[in-house]
Amino acid sequence: MSEAAHDVTLSHQFDDLVQQRESAQLGMWLFLVTEVLFFGGLFMAYSLYRMEYPDAYAECSKLMNMSLGALNTAVLLTSSLTMVLAVMAAEQGRIKALIRWLIVTIGFGGVFLVVKAFEYHHKFVEHLVPGPYFTHEVHNREACQLFFSLYFAMTGLHALHMVIGIGLLSTIAWMASRNKFTPAYNNPVEISGLYWHFVDLVWIFLFPLLYLIGSR
Amino acid sequence: MWRFPLIPEQASTMALSVDMLTIFLLIVTAFFSLLIAGLIVFFAVKYRPSNKTVNREGAPDSHLLLEIIWTGIPLAIVIVIFFWGTGVFYQLRTMPADAVQMHVIGKQWMWKIQHPEGQREINALHIPVNKAIQLTMISEDVIHDFSIPAFRVKQDVLPGRYTKLWFQATKVGRYHIFCDQYCGTLHASMIGEVVVMEPKDYAAWISKGAFPTESGASSAQPTPASAGEELFTKMGCSSCHIGTGEGRAPSLVGLYGKKVVLSNKQTVTADDEYLRESILKPAAKVVAGYEPIMPLFQGQLTEENVLELIQYIKSLKGTSDAIAR
Amino acid sequence: MQSLDNTESYLGSEFNLKSWLLTFDHKRIGILYLLTVTFFFLMGGIGAMLIRLELLTPQADILQAEMYNRTFTLHGVTMVFFFMIPSIPAIFGNFFLPMMIGARDVAFPRLNLTSYYLLLGGGLFALAAILLGGVDTGWTFYTPYSSTYSNSNVILMGLGIFIAGFSSILTGLNFIVTIHKMRAPGMTWFRLPLFVWAHYATAVIQVLGTPVIAITILLLAVERGLHFGIFDPKLGGDPLLFQHLFWFYSHPAVYIMVLPGMGVVSEIIACFSRKKIFGYSFIAASSFAIALLGFFVWGHHLFLSGQSVYAGVVFSFITFLVAIPSAIKVFNWIATLYKGKIYLKTPMLYALGFIGLFTIGGLTGVMLGTLGIDAHVHDTYFIVAHFHYVMVGGTIMAYLAAIHFWWPKMTNRMYPEFFGKLSALLVFVGFNLTFFPQFILGYLGMPRRYHVYPPEFQVLNVFSSAGASILAVGFTLPLFYLLGSLVWGKKAGRNPWGATGLEWQTASPPPTLNFDKTPLVTEEPYEYHGEDMPNE
Repeated sequence: MSEAAHDVTLSHQFDDLVQQRESAQLGMWLFLVTEVLFFGGLFMAYSLYRMEYPDAYAECSKLMNMSLGALNTAVLLTSSLTMVLAVMAAEQGRIKALIRWLIVTIGFGGVFLVVKAFEYHHKFVEHLVPGPYFTHEVHNREACQLFFSLYFAMTGLHALHMVIGIGLLSTIAWMASRNKFTPAYNNPVEISGLYWHFVDLVWIFLFPLLYLIGSR
Repeated sequence: MWRFPLIPEQASTMALSVDMLTIFLLIVTAFFSLLIAGLIVFFAVKYRPSNKTVNREGAPDSHLLLEIIWTGIPLAIVIVIFFWGTGVFYQLRTMPADAVQMHVIGKQWMWKIQHPEGQREINALHIPVNKAIQLTMISEDVIHDFSIPAFRVKQDVLPGRYTKLWFQATKVGRYHIFCDQYCGTLHASMIGEVVVMEPKDYAAWISKGAFPTESGASSAQPTPASAGEELFTKMGCSSCHIGTGEGRAPSLVGLYGKKVVLSNKQTVTADDEYLRESILKPAAKVVAGYEPIMPLFQGQLTEENVLELIQYIKSLKGTSDAIAR
Repeated sequence: MQSLDNTESYLGSEFNLKSWLLTFDHKRIGILYLLTVTFFFLMGGIGAMLIRLELLTPQADILQAEMYNRTFTLHGVTMVFFFMIPSIPAIFGNFFLPMMIGARDVAFPRLNLTSYYLLLGGGLFALAAILLGGVDTGWTFYTPYSSTYSNSNVILMGLGIFIAGFSSILTGLNFIVTIHKMRAPGMTWFRLPLFVWAHYATAVIQVLGTPVIAITILLLAVERGLHFGIFDPKLGGDPLLFQHLFWFYSHPAVYIMVLPGMGVVSEIIACFSRKKIFGYSFIAASSFAIALLGFFVWGHHLFLSGQSVYAGVVFSFITFLVAIPSAIKVFNWIATLYKGKIYLKTPMLYALGFIGLFTIGGLTGVMLGTLGIDAHVHDTYFIVAHFHYVMVGGTIMAYLAAIHFWWPKMTNRMYPEFFGKLSALLVFVGFNLTFFPQFILGYLGMPRRYHVYPPEFQVLNVFSSAGASILAVGFTLPLFYLLGSLVWGKKAGRNPWGATGLEWQTASPPPTLNFDKTPLVTEEPYEYHGEDMPNE
C-alpha cells in the first residue's frame, strides 16, 4: 500500500489506478442512468399528453423553428465528435490538443445555447409562453399550452445540463492547463466526455419529439 | 349495553360480500402472524443458552424443498385472494343498468346532491331502501372522495371528469358520509348523512319539494332534465343543434350511448364524459362532416348546469340518422 | 482536512470542528448523519405527539383545522424524507458497508460528504418552510390542491425534498460502485454479508426511483409558480398524472425504507442465534425480487383514484407477488432460530420484534392489495395502521436494533442492557397499543387526516393516544442511556458479541483507515457454530 500512497493521482481509498478508473466510469454510468429516469418523467408526461391531444400537438409543433432545431442538432453532434477527439488527445498525452478540442467543444455548446436563447425570445415575442400571455391563435388553447409547457420544461432542463456541461469542461480544460492529466491518469476527461455525450443524446430525442411531429 | 362494534353496520347489498372477504384475509393474517410469533417464542424458549441438553446438532443452513414449500403455499393463497378480491371489486364497479341516477358535486367543503326528481340536498342523501342508486360525481375544485362506510363504498371525486359509484341500501337508517381524500382546511368537516327510508317515506319526502326540511316544503324546483332543457334554449344550443339534423350542428336526439365518428376518423361513445367535454371544449372532438364552430362554454356553465344539460340530452329519445354526415 | 493517520481511531485523530465538518471518512460521515437524522426524528415525533393529543377528543382542542393539517404534513414529510429514507443506509450503511467488504472507505468519499450536506441543506429548506408557517397538503402533495389551491409554502418544502433526494441518489450510486469495485481479496459475491446485499438492492431503487420524484416536484413547482398547467384540469392537465409520477417513486421508496432494516435483521438473527443464516442465497435474491417487483405496484395507491379497473387489476396482482419474497425472508429467519442458541439481548429483541410486526404489517398490506377490501378502507386509519406497522414496527425497530448492535463498535462502550430491554418492551407495547386500534378505526370508517370525528370513534382513539405516550417514552429513553454510556458505559472491546463479519475483526472504535492491513477473506459468512456469546 505504501508505494501507491506516493502516487498523488491515486486517491487513498483505492488500491491502484485501474480500480480508480473503473470506479469512476461505473459511477458516471450510474449517474447517467439516474439522468435517464430524471428526463424520463418529462418524456412520460409528454407522451401521455400527446396521445391525449394528437391534433393539437401536431399543430403546435409546426410553430417550432425546425431549421434552428436542426442547426442545433448538427452543432451538438459535431461537439460530441470534438469531445471524442479531446478524450483521445488526453489518452495520448497531447495536452495542447486536449485543451484545444475542449475549447472547441465548449464553443459549440455556447453556440447551442445562443441559438436556444434566440428561439426562446422568438416564443416570447409570438405569445407562445404558457400562462395569461398565451394569445397566439391556436385551435386547442389548453393542449397547445401543455405542449409549450413541456417544451420549455424539457428544453430548459436540457439547457441547464448544457450549462453544467460547459462548466464541467471548462474546469477540465483548466486542470489540463495545470498539467493534471497524463496517459495514465485522465479519468476526469473521460467521464466528462460521457456526460457530454449523454446531454447530446437527450437532445437527439428531444428534437424529433418537439420539432418534427407536425409532419410536413 | 355498551356496544363495541368492530365493523360498521352492514347496510348495503355489497357489505356482506366485502366483510366476508375481509374475514378470510383476517384469518390468513392472524394464522401467519400467530404462527410466526409462536415459533419465535417457542424457539427462544426451547433454544435458550441455559438449556444445555437440547439437541442442537444437524441443523442445515439451506433446504430447497422448504424454500419451495414456503414460496408455493403463500403464492397459492394470494392467487385465491386475488381472484376473490377482484371479483368483489368488479361487482362494486359494475353499474347496474336500472339504477336511479343521481348527481354529486363536491366542492370545498360540501357535497351538493341532485335527485332526478329535482330535489337538491347539501351534505345529505335521502334514498329509498332496496333500490339501486348510481351516483355520477364531479368536483368543482380539488380531488375529494365520496365515502359511505356502512355501504362499503367510496370513490374519488375529480375535477374535470366524472367518476361513478353505485350501491343498494338494505337497511333503513342514517349512515355517515365522509370525504376520504384530503382536500384542504375543512376536509374533516366535509361530512354528511345518508338517510335510507322506506319507499313510502321516501315518496313523501320527495313530494315535499326541492329543499325538503323536517318542518315543511319549499318552492318547487325543476328536474335536472327540464332545467337542462331551459338552459339548452337560453344558451343558444337549440339554434344549431336542431332535432331534425338540418342545423349547423349534429342533432342530439337519441345520441346518448351511441357511437360517434369524429373528424379524425376515430369512433367514440357518446357517454357522460364525451358530452361534458363537447360542451366545455368543443374543439377537442369534432363530429365528422361538421365544422369546429361551436363556441366555448367553459366558464359560462357550472358543473350543475353541465349535468342538467346531459340529463336533458339523455331524455331526447328516438332514432336519428343525422349523428354524422 | 482529516489526516490519514491510521494509528488512531477515527474519533481520536483530530478532534476539531473543521475536521468533522470537512471529513471524508465514511465513519465520521455516518456519525454526522446520525446527529442530523436524530434531530429530524425528534421533530417528526413532536408532530406525532401533537396529532395524538389532538385526537383524544372528537372536537378540535389544541389544534384547529389549519394547524392540524400543517402538523400532519410536517410529521409525514419529516419522517419520510428526512428520517426514514436516510436512516439505516446513511448511518449504518455508510459506517459499516466499507468495513464489511474490507475496504478503507467508499468509492467516492468526497461525493459522500456532498451527500451529507445535500441532506442537511434540503433539511434546512424544509425547516424554513415549516418555520414560515408550514405546508398543508399532506406529504403526498396531491394536485390540484397543492399546485393551485393551497396557501402554504409548497415550493419551499418541495425544494427541500428535491435537494434531499439528490443526497439519496448519490449515496445509492456510491454504494453500488463501492460494492462492485472495492471488495477486499477473497470477498466474493456470495461471501458478502446480507446487510451488503440489502443495501445493494436499496441503492438500485434509490438510483432508479428518486429522479422521478425529483422531476415531479420540479413540475409541481413550475405549475405552482408559473401556472403552466401540467396537472390542473382547468388548464388541460391531468391530476392523475401527478399521482402516477408521485407513486412511481414513493412506492419503491418504502422498500428503500425497509430493505436495509431487513439486512440488519439478518446480521442480528445469525449472531444472536450463534448460527449460520438459513437460506443465504434466497434471502439475498429476495432483496432484489422486492426491489424489482416494487417498481411495478405503484398503482395500488390509485385503485379508487379514477384509474381504470383493468389497471387496478394488474397492479393488484403484482402487489400480491411482491409480498412473496418478504414472506421468504421471514421463514428463513425463523428457520435460522431452529436449533440455535438464542440470546435475547436488546438487538435481538428488536430484531425479533421486527419479524413479528413486519409480518402483521405486510399481511395487512396484502389485505390492501385486495381490490375488494381497499374499496372500503382506502384513505382510512386502516392504511395509517398498515404503514406504521411496516415502517415503525418494521424499519424503526430494525434501526434501534442496529444502534444497539453496533454502538459498541462505533464508540467502544456498552449500553446498559437493562435499559435497553426496558426500552424495547416499552416500544413494543406502546407501538401495538397505538396502532392496533387504528385497524379497527379504519374498518369502522374513520378517515385519515381528520382532526375532528364522530364521537363513536373516541374510545379507540384514546387507546391509540395512550399507546403513543408509552411509545414516546420508549423512543426517548435510548437518547439518554446511549449518551450516558459514552461516559459511564463499560468498555466494549473489539468484539463483545463474538460476531463474524470484518467490522468486528478491527478495533473498537475503528482506526481511520478501518484495518491495519487489507483483509484477506477466506471464510464463508456467518461462520457461527453454536459457540457461547463472550462474557456470558
